[in-house]
Amino acid sequence: MTVHHIVGASVPRKEGWGKVTGAARYVDDMTLPGMLYGATVRSSVARGKIKNISFDPSVDWNDFVIVTARDIPGKNCIALILDDQPCLASEAVNHPEEPILLLAHADRHKLRKAVEAVSIEYEPLPPVYTMEEGERQSTIIWGADNTFKSYLVEKGDVDAVWKSAAHIVEGEYFTGAQEQLYIENNGVIAAFDPENGVTVWGSLQCPYYVHKALMALCGLQEENVRVVQMETGGAFGGKEEYPSMIAGHAALLAIKSGRPVKIIYDRMEDMVATTKRHPSRTRHRTAVTEDGKILGGEIEFTIDGGAYATLSSVVLSRGTIHAGGPYYWPSVRIRTKAVATNAPPHGAFRGFGAPQSLFAMERHMDRIAQVVGVSPVEIRRRNFLRPGQTTTTQQVIREQIDLNHLLDRALDLSDYVAKEKRFTQENKLGKRRKGIGIAAFLHGAGFTGSGERYLNSLVGMEAGADGVVRVLVSSAEFGQGTNTVLCQIAAEALSLPYESVAIAQPDTTVVPNSGPTVASRTAMIVGKLVQSAAQGIKQTLMRTGLLGDDYTPEQFRAACGKYIAAHGTLKSYARYEAPGDVFWDDEKYRGEAYAAFAWAVYVAEVTVDLTTYSVTVDDFVALQEVGKVLNPVLAAGQITGGVAQGIGFALYEKVVWQNGRMLNNQMTNYIMPTSVDLPPIRVFFEELGNVHGAHGAKGIGELPMDGPAPAIVNAVEDAVGVRFCSIPVLQEDLFEALQPESLEQDTLTSTREKA
Amino acid sequence: MKTLPETSAKCELSFTVNGDAQKVFAHPMERLLDVLRNDLKLTGTKEGCGEGECGSCSVLLDGMLVNSCLVPVAQASGANIVTIEGMSAHALMAPLQEAFLECGGAQCGICTPGMILAAVHLLEKKPEPAIADIREGLAGNLCRCTGYMQIFEAVARAARRRVPA
Repeated sequence: MTVHHIVGASVPRKEGWGKVTGAARYVDDMTLPGMLYGATVRSSVARGKIKNISFDPSVDWNDFVIVTARDIPGKNCIALILDDQPCLASEAVNHPEEPILLLAHADRHKLRKAVEAVSIEYEPLPPVYTMEEGERQSTIIWGADNTFKSYLVEKGDVDAVWKSAAHIVEGEYFTGAQEQLYIENNGVIAAFDPENGVTVWGSLQCPYYVHKALMALCGLQEENVRVVQMETGGAFGGKEEYPSMIAGHAALLAIKSGRPVKIIYDRMEDMVATTKRHPSRTRHRTAVTEDGKILGGEIEFTIDGGAYATLSSVVLSRGTIHAGGPYYWPSVRIRTKAVATNAPPHGAFRGFGAPQSLFAMERHMDRIAQVVGVSPVEIRRRNFLRPGQTTTTQQVIREQIDLNHLLDRALDLSDYVAKEKRFTQENKLGKRRKGIGIAAFLHGAGFTGSGERYLNSLVGMEAGADGVVRVLVSSAEFGQGTNTVLCQIAAEALSLPYESVAIAQPDTTVVPNSGPTVASRTAMIVGKLVQSAAQGIKQTLMRTGLLGDDYTPEQFRAACGKYIAAHGTLKSYARYEAPGDVFWDDEKYRGEAYAAFAWAVYVAEVTVDLTTYSVTVDDFVALQEVGKVLNPVLAAGQITGGVAQGIGFALYEKVVWQNGRMLNNQMTNYIMPTSVDLPPIRVFFEELGNVHGAHGAKGIGELPMDGPAPAIVNAVEDAVGVRFCSIPVLQEDLFEALQPESLEQDTLTSTREKA
Repeated sequence: MKTLPETSAKCELSFTVNGDAQKVFAHPMERLLDVLRNDLKLTGTKEGCGEGECGSCSVLLDGMLVNSCLVPVAQASGANIVTIEGMSAHALMAPLQEAFLECGGAQCGICTPGMILAAVHLLEKKPEPAIADIREGLAGNLCRCTGYMQIFEAVARAARRRVPA
């Protein structure tokens, strides 16, 4: 047979041909007979009571379908974790651009004008625009204390370490909001008929999240809600929870009008109204020995959740667990909280809290190095976690990860030592300063702690009489390679060619709930279940004597045909079973936070131009241990894409806020990296395997988002000696920081200048 | 979607799309993008930003690479248009599509049609582009998934195949 080792091969993307020929069908490419277009009337204030809604009499409103909160058949909420977010504001609004009223019409031009012809009067209430105001609690806008969630992680006796510390190093770090900026805006189509209920086709990551939200909103039974994922043009977390909102809106309009309704946001609406990465603030206070070993520390991590709870608790959780980085902390206290403000809710974005707290950790490590007087390389070496040691949540590192080896290899690949030396020499001359920086980090794969147990994912597989096997999962493809990798795993398990395995379009009437497509869980957790389901098909055919131990695809086809002729269908399901040795305490936030961590060391080389104050990343080395690379081309694509977003996070992408509202909600003034802005991104993998993942795979989707920002800002400091603690670092920030008066204020010098 | 004056009259316009003669009845200020997608059902051309920043709606208009969201359809009158569906209308299309597939140049796929059109345009002007030329040639087309590296590789590979060493 010639079908061995499909796993590990760069087979072409399953849905790739449709994508390169323009045949792939995204939601906006779909039209239904009699379809109307829907639009959303949103709040113009951050916080206030709705006093009156009036309709411009020059418009013939009989022509329009109008939906308000009163038209909601079920519960007026977006069901997710806490049901605090209304689908349509009825009495009060809590953030700018909050949906209040929906309109539908067959003519999109008329619809657009009608949105502007609705006037809403408010009685303003005092708003809270920043985390700091929220923490002060002088105005309470959510719950009793403006706090969505807080966590406390404690390990050892941190209060005892300060006395014995040779150095106590403090730092405060900030990260800004970041827009996911998928190129396909949010969009859905909803249809309703009294017999079958609501069907939604959409651009989304988690069909069953939308399913759950629609049941609650529309007051419908499980079987009367159908959610179908269309080809999805990028998501990055931005289509994790928000699609429940827009799907709800389209469904309400469809129910009221009895006609299909399409809602497609334009770029400005998508940017101003939907979720972004949580802004964060991290405070570190670290006790270290004379030779730079961490004795213990206090970490405070706070995120701005916006106006409703949505996913903040989960984002906070991941940020909390990653806050200590890949280092050994004999003692630590990590206090974290998600605070309410009157901005649109912040949400999921690749990395989910970890890029924020790891930015702080990796900037802080360079700071500790300066204080102790050792190099950034050496400080990391002295503190790396080793197998057998425990993380901040007291998870024992069981895998044989050698972070020193990873670091050595990254230094080698980036030619770090030689460059360090050369830049020190060259930086004495000229207007172009070069710097090199590193970041070491880890990223937990799958849901945190007991999360996977609660998800209880189910994966199905169905073989046809033609011998083609179909993977049945709700895990969505939105560019990462879900379709391809899951088909590879199934093909390998069944000893079939890749072409003999297909994957069903996620449709809640067809696929079981394999969980949401988030948290770098698909290849590892869902992949493992796909493997089990495939074994199930094989075993059924073997048990019934239709298939021998060794078989050809032709024999497999014949066996499927016979089985189906006799029994009707050939299906197999596999349900998640929590590994017995995974212990997690949700109360104390202690135990095995993740079944596996991926590990990485990234190196960034930059040039700061002292004439234009621009930063160019000249070279980028991304080295990571990911368990097993299932598809080298797709895996490398995940890393280069994540690094590009990380470079944007560090140097380009700034959300400008005014009174809780994004001001620069256009691609013209919110800048992401173009093809001329990026360095060569050089990707390297190590594979140590992982008993919990399919073929040893760990998650890789989010990992590359964590390292670039700290590596780059460390490199910028190396180049110009300015200690930036906040990202993004834009040209104007460099300009300001490099003015003589700013430099005088910053009496601290960089390691480079000391050298 | 831009609002158009309701009073303005629609008119008949003719042009060629992917080698086929087309007649549409449209408002002259209607975006070429909307006419392609809605009137001609050529939905391979995508809208990303509606303001000429992202390049997802790129098509070739008389050999020029344009953002079809910025082109009033009247301006396309009599023109020769190539979209992603025009594989048979342009010899460079198929090798690029294959190379994008092999190299991982398409992830979510939403920028891919525009990106491939930009690459067609680049290879027409520069059959043997250096990496710097590829970067420059694709600078008007944003991709949020790939970090561009595999797109550069795909364009370089397609060029190599067309111009055997």
